[in-house]
Amino acid sequence: MNKEEIIEALKTIVEPYSEEVSAIANIDENTDFINDLKINSANLVDIVLDIEEKFNIEIDNDSMAKMLTVKATTEIIAQKLEANAG
Amino acid sequence: MKKEILAKLPYGKSFLFVDELLHVDENGVTGTYTYTENLPFYEGHFKDRPVTPAVILTETMAQIGLVCLGIYLLKDIDQNVSVAMTSNAIDFLKPVYPGEQVTVTSEKVYFRFNKLSCKVKMENAAGEMVCKGSISGMLISKGNE
Repeated sequence: MNKEEIIEALKTIVEPYSEEVSAIANIDENTDFINDLKINSANLVDIVLDIEEKFNIEIDNDSMAKMLTVKATTEIIAQKLEANAG
Repeated sequence: MKKEILAKLPYGKSFLFVDELLHVDENGVTGTYTYTENLPFYEGHFKDRPVTPAVILTETMAQIGLVCLGIYLLKDIDQNVSVAMTSNAIDFLKPVYPGEQVTVTSEKVYFRFNKLSCKVKMENAAGEMVCKGSISGMLISKGNE
């Protein structure tokens, strides 16, 4: 799965948790979950749980703490997928 | 442990809806509360026809099912825990009248990244289901912010 595919999957996961229609439509690497998409900490947990299920990976507390932007989240997903494949 | 949990609850007398915990472990909690007839909201909900408001039933389910369980799950952290309910979805099946005792049973669905999500039900003294649903909240141990 390449970076664009991960971002696309991420967009589908995040969409139901945000009311920011234009920010969702224009989601890119620089999108910040809290500032741009106005997602609160409780919904951020659900997003991370959805990510675990969708990508079949496990997110630890340290990774979770970093997952505040699309860029950081995409990198963590890619790392975990690579670790699983290896 | 059950007494310690009750002692740690952050509610004042006018908004405490937990009398007793019957059971608590890693996976869930059971507790009771009696809505005494002199509770102030009965005067207005409704005029001349007192029924326990659904928000109070929800609050009772949250205090027993979410907050008491949360305090138990964070028992090894020697700090006060603050809780914020973040979502709930409850079905209300039967009315609860002044003087009734209810039993709340909660099962943990998950507790991850400080978010506790539970399946919660409330039964009346006859064992009939009064309301049921899911409640989630964030648990933050103070001094950890």
